[in-house]
Amino acid sequence: MADLSTNFLGIKSPNPFWLASAPPTDKEYNVVRAFKAGWGGVVWKTLGEDPAVVNVNGPRYGAVHGRDRNVIGFNNIELITDRPLEVNLREIKQVKRDWPDRALVVSLMVPCEEQNWIDILRRVEETEADGVELNFGCPHGMSERGMGSAVGQVPEYIKMVTRWCKQNTRMPVIVKLTPNITDIRNPARAAHAGGADAVSLINTINSIVSVDLDQMAPNPTIDGRGAHGGYCGPAVKPIALNMVAEIARDPQMRGLPISGIGGVTDWRDAAEFMALGAGTVQVCTAAMVYGFRVVEDMIDGLSDWMDEKGYTSVDQFVGRAVPNVTDWQQLNLNYVVKARIDQDACIQCGRCHIACEDTSHQAITAMKDGLRHFEVIDEECVGCNLCVSVCPVEDCITMEHIAEGTDPRTGKPINPDYANWTTHPNNPNRVQDAAE
Amino acid sequence: MADALVSPDIRAGRLTADDYLENFDDLHPPLGVHEARVEADRCYFCYDAPCTIACPTSIDIPKFIRQISTGNPLGSAKTIFEQNILGGMCARVCPTETLCEEACVRNLAEDKPVAIGLLQRHATDTYFERDEKHPYERAASTGKHVAVVGGGPAGLACAHALARQGHDVTIFEARPKLGGLSEFGIAAYKTTNDFAQDEVDFVLSIGGISVECNKALGRDITLEALRRDHDAVFLGVGLAGVNALRAEGEDLAGVIDAVAYIADLRQASDLSTLPIGRKVVVIGGGMTAIDIAVQAKRLGAEEVTIAYRRDREAMKASAYEQEVALTNGVVIRECLAPRRLIGEAGHVRAIELERVVADSSGRLAGTGETVTLEADQVFKAIGQTFVPDGLGGADALRLDGGRIDVDADRRTSLPDVWAGGDCIEGGEDLTVAAVEDGKIAAAAIHAALSA
Repeated sequence: MADLSTNFLGIKSPNPFWLASAPPTDKEYNVVRAFKAGWGGVVWKTLGEDPAVVNVNGPRYGAVHGRDRNVIGFNNIELITDRPLEVNLREIKQVKRDWPDRALVVSLMVPCEEQNWIDILRRVEETEADGVELNFGCPHGMSERGMGSAVGQVPEYIKMVTRWCKQNTRMPVIVKLTPNITDIRNPARAAHAGGADAVSLINTINSIVSVDLDQMAPNPTIDGRGAHGGYCGPAVKPIALNMVAEIARDPQMRGLPISGIGGVTDWRDAAEFMALGAGTVQVCTAAMVYGFRVVEDMIDGLSDWMDEKGYTSVDQFVGRAVPNVTDWQQLNLNYVVKARIDQDACIQCGRCHIACEDTSHQAITAMKDGLRHFEVIDEECVGCNLCVSVCPVEDCITMEHIAEGTDPRTGKPINPDYANWTTHPNNPNRVQDAAE
Repeated sequence: MADALVSPDIRAGRLTADDYLENFDDLHPPLGVHEARVEADRCYFCYDAPCTIACPTSIDIPKFIRQISTGNPLGSAKTIFEQNILGGMCARVCPTETLCEEACVRNLAEDKPVAIGLLQRHATDTYFERDEKHPYERAASTGKHVAVVGGGPAGLACAHALARQGHDVTIFEARPKLGGLSEFGIAAYKTTNDFAQDEVDFVLSIGGISVECNKALGRDITLEALRRDHDAVFLGVGLAGVNALRAEGEDLAGVIDAVAYIADLRQASDLSTLPIGRKVVVIGGGMTAIDIAVQAKRLGAEEVTIAYRRDREAMKASAYEQEVALTNGVVIRECLAPRRLIGEAGHVRAIELERVVADSSGRLAGTGETVTLEADQVFKAIGQTFVPDGLGGADALRLDGGRIDVDADRRTSLPDVWAGGDCIEGGEDLTVAAVEDGKIAAAAIHAALSA
């Protein structure tokens, strides 16, 4: 079995699976259950100042369901912990003492005054927690009070608060970023500039999960009205992966540790975040939907995959996909592929045909010699992958690389050399050939 | 001496009241709302869907399934009714395993088709349960009048389509109520809670259709008179005759026409009044054979054997229906042809069958080996025949193979007479095919009357 242990900013955990700061980590009871189940670490639910915040007494969660009520996306309007600070700190101290091999990071959110941060950092240090995570992410409720994403949306504030924290604690400081911005690199660079030891992302996305068409109000509805919440779960994973990759490949932030968050539901999701540079992953929705036991297969699955690939420690694959993340203009325009339909695997549903016919390039037949038959017309196929995406049979349609000869669509010979948009003749801003 | 004979064991009330209820409850319970949503999600929404092509009435199956999946079951039902106004009954009785579900691409993917029949039932049941008004409005009256003879699926479908176009229709039905085989022929556990009559009411609720029951062609009415009094006539009279076994002893008591028995069963208000034998033999290999065998078993018969003269592969009942019989404890014996019914005091006690073999051309020949099965009752389910009564003689209406000859529009040799359902040559003995005949004929009649 591969070694799954991680050392993130000096914080050690037996595996990279941490529970994110969220309802599952609000109390000793839950956290102890999580550790018993096998979670490598937790980020304790965000602490604020007393008096504690209050939550709504109506529904605070909403979901986007698949047909079988599987939760595809999840949304919440819960605030930070609504328990007294003292109680949380006492429990944190106890849990850290009882579970010394697990990572225990404390999430924090207080008003943007240096003294407020100094005060809470001192209290947290006394618990001997492993580190702090600054919650600059929550997009609902707290942001209206100038905290959470209201900070995370202003790089100067991020830098300022991060610096205060770094100057006032020996604990590692992780800055949790909001995705509700235009370019994730700006807040991340600000955290980096403020001295953050790491960033974690993404926090939840501003969202209205659905509209109750009878009440004519957003869900979850409280007394006839609803407010936007924070969206998470499997639906947000692609957004999170991109943001993690953007930071991982940014030259200004090279080497900045990342804790990946956003729709991690199984070991493969975790491996993907880690391949894009995340040293640990944080999970919330999967645990809230299925319970803590989901970590068992996260551990098994990641370990088995690592064994299969010959990785003996997580460091060996963290960030391995980062060099292959590039910009569109760097993609090889001479690389030609055509769709290929495996006729033995094809179940004749015709979805590839109608998708291509109605919405793309008219490159798949519906009939051949009077019989129902789906086949790619190379003269029309641009290799767009739509058919692969809509085909219900895995691996029935694949993309074949045409390495030589002529592209039947363009009639031009295949150029085996790499060439991208920056040098393309159609690009008015192309890099001019020295000979021209 | 008569009193020394052991009388045949035929009794009513073999079961408890609860047993009857359970045995004749829905064979395939309907899907719940969530089950339907999940099953609907299995549909791939195929292009030029093979299921729709396989449906004799061309129901847009991917569309109606998608409508279930989006939470629009009423829209789904209307999609079904648009092509098949008897979609509710067809959802119950269609051999989907040889029609839409056989064509489902999921068979290729995983050997498990989308449960199209159950989904169709879910949609149509929802429509009926919500007591929706009739989905269509009649066109303005055309002043034309059409006689529809026979109130079964073909006649009802034809009458409905014509009424929708604004024609006035009168249905003449030989029995005391409409429905045809839906009401008198289909196995009871396939259409529970008087669904057949609910569906008749639904069809008639479009308006413009008057009904005259207890009017049989050849007995109470003639084709000649109908042609004189109406602008067009549609014949959907079904098959009134029953094939004979042509075996010695056929007239013994206890040798029963399965179709008639099933009609009695369907009309019985109390199933415990139906006499059923302890040992029952069914002769035949079609749906009627399966239906009578399974229902006999469910009425409390101890041993039920279907004897068929060819092998199971050749049975008209689908493999799925055969499976239903087998799981109900019915024994299917192949390659046995009835030769002699053995009686005692005028009542059948056993049947002697001869083992037969088919030659390469399919012709059957006896082997001389016989098998004798004890039987308190022998049900004949070996097919029905068209009875050309009241048609004004063979010259007036051309027959083919003993049934009415029609063209692609279901028009007979008489220019103002159309026909469909089991009574036409090529009739498929399927409710859904009869509906399609009625639809096609109605379209042709409408075109002719509009010309």
